[in-house]
Amino acid sequence: MVIPRLALRNVLGAGLRTWLKVVVLSFVFVVIIWAQGFINGLNEQAEQAQVAAEYGGGQYWHEKYDPYDPFTLQDAHGRIAEPLQQFIDDNQATPILIVQGSIYPKGRLRPILIKGIDPSQRIISLPSHVLHLEEEDLPVLIGSRMAKSTGLQVGDFVTVQWRDVRGTFDALDAQVVYIMSTTVQSIDNNQIWVPLKKLQMMTSMEDEATLAVIDKNMENPQNISGWTFKNLDFLLSDIRQLAKVKTFGSMIIYVILLFLSMLAIFDTQILSIFRRRKEMGTLMALGLTRGKLILLFTLEGVLQGILAAIMAAIYGVPLLLYSAAKGWTMPQITDSMGLAIGETLFPVFTAELIIGTFALVLIITTIVSYIPTRKISNLKPTDALRGSLS
Amino acid sequence: MRKLFSLILLVFITAAAAATAQTPSGDWILQKVDENMGSDNKIIVAEMVIRGRRGSRTIQSKSWIQGTEQSFTEFLAPAREKGTKMLKLGDQLWTYTPSTDRTILISGHMLRQSIMGSDLSYEDKMEDPVLGNLYSAIVVGEETFLDRPCWVLELTAKKTDVAYYSRKIWVDKERYVPLKENRYAKGGKLLKTFEVKTVTRIQNRWVADRAVFKDVLKKGDGTEFILNSIEFNADIPAYIFSKAALRK
Repeated sequence: MVIPRLALRNVLGAGLRTWLKVVVLSFVFVVIIWAQGFINGLNEQAEQAQVAAEYGGGQYWHEKYDPYDPFTLQDAHGRIAEPLQQFIDDNQATPILIVQGSIYPKGRLRPILIKGIDPSQRIISLPSHVLHLEEEDLPVLIGSRMAKSTGLQVGDFVTVQWRDVRGTFDALDAQVVYIMSTTVQSIDNNQIWVPLKKLQMMTSMEDEATLAVIDKNMENPQNISGWTFKNLDFLLSDIRQLAKVKTFGSMIIYVILLFLSMLAIFDTQILSIFRRRKEMGTLMALGLTRGKLILLFTLEGVLQGILAAIMAAIYGVPLLLYSAAKGWTMPQITDSMGLAIGETLFPVFTAELIIGTFALVLIITTIVSYIPTRKISNLKPTDALRGSLS
Repeated sequence: MRKLFSLILLVFITAAAAATAQTPSGDWILQKVDENMGSDNKIIVAEMVIRGRRGSRTIQSKSWIQGTEQSFTEFLAPAREKGTKMLKLGDQLWTYTPSTDRTILISGHMLRQSIMGSDLSYEDKMEDPVLGNLYSAIVVGEETFLDRPCWVLELTAKKTDVAYYSRKIWVDKERYVPLKENRYAKGGKLLKTFEVKTVTRIQNRWVADRAVFKDVLKKGDGTEFILNSIEFNADIPAYIFSKAALRK
């Protein structure tokens, strides 16, 4: 118990030099946790929004459907299989038919996807109920980004052109009945939503669909012939991959911050070993082994890390709690990043993140504190007492 | 009185029979149009004047066409488009751009896009040019267009996989050249128009050498096609219609 007490006394005794390092290190703690918390929040918010608005509890895809291959989309539709129809009848799934087409807002051609959805569905949060309006020939629901890029407003008519199942052109004047504000760009950009039955009729694809979204609470979806089930792990893999990339990008900043603070600790340790030779010699003369001396100096470095953690907790906890409650208002440009991020981003600080950061900083501090003390192993007590270092 | 009535009836019947005899069937007119326009092989050099919001630009191209299934087009001017090539083989269309040195299969969404900003889409290029293969026609009237007497035909698709369900064409009564054409969607909405401006005689055939093609759903004045030269039944080497020819 002598060594920890001695280490603590030495650290506190160093006064301003110690506190300067502790402040810098505590700043590193808070910045890493704060920044990583926002990345976690971004990831979680995007996932939740995507699940609520598009993925539900997973999706059954028609066997030819590949959202990344526009060449196959025109063939990616088929009659809804019997077990899938049973899910739909039990309100556990909702079918979506996707057809390629064009619209002509203000006389300009715009290739789009026409997506048919059941107006009475409750599986995803898309406001499909607005498509119930019977008086319109073709009621259309669009997202705010689509509305902005096309200049369309509620009540506007726009010509929609498509090809039916056999490839014959058809066109109709559709009316925009609602503009939804959504963070999920994959249900907004370059697409319009119309009633499913109407689209099936327009394209002569009666009772057909491209995919079906299942309810979030549905467990163990069965395999259905001709339809491939895609679970959330698969559907969200892109977002998770993106979050990983962003985390990696932020790590560069963490590394720079850690490097700067560790440089300070490393420097102090080297300086200590040089300046405190006589003290080391005295301690060795009093019976302290070289190993214990190394432990003492290493512990001094580690204690600085612990003090930094305590200081970070003192001013960091209120700061992080405030951030978590108030969030961070995102700039307009974030909307084009491809992630479903709301206007305000709320960070998520998990125990894993806090403990992980604490452990990481402490381990690095220990290593950095230990490396310069290795010189002590060559130290002769007589030389140390004379003030020289061999 | 009875004699007079019989006489009037006879005159009417004779006149009606004469009129019927003078009006050929729509399908017959369509066949004549296809005979006039079609040939086994042809080589065409043409210009396409695309009129946009920021002015107009002219694209010159040379096309080698064999039957209805194979065609190869090379863009000659302007410098930006020079060397761009398109190959149609059956129902597939490839494009090659020298700047990227890549050959791309045009399919799905891309087929709906316009060719170099014109009113013509890749889908339009993919169409079978022999109207008789796709449509049955009826004569619905006679009109004068470009000071030429025309039959007005209504064309209805006889197959289910035809791009335009119906068309209305104005065919020159003597030259069997379509001078005007309206293309309609299945629901009856007018989608595209084609209007000939001048007609010329080349190798004993009447050919439209200036015409405007317009996507009526789009704003603008349409795309003008100017025929520089056409050679019917030309000798075209087979290698032209291969993907390898795109990179040459």
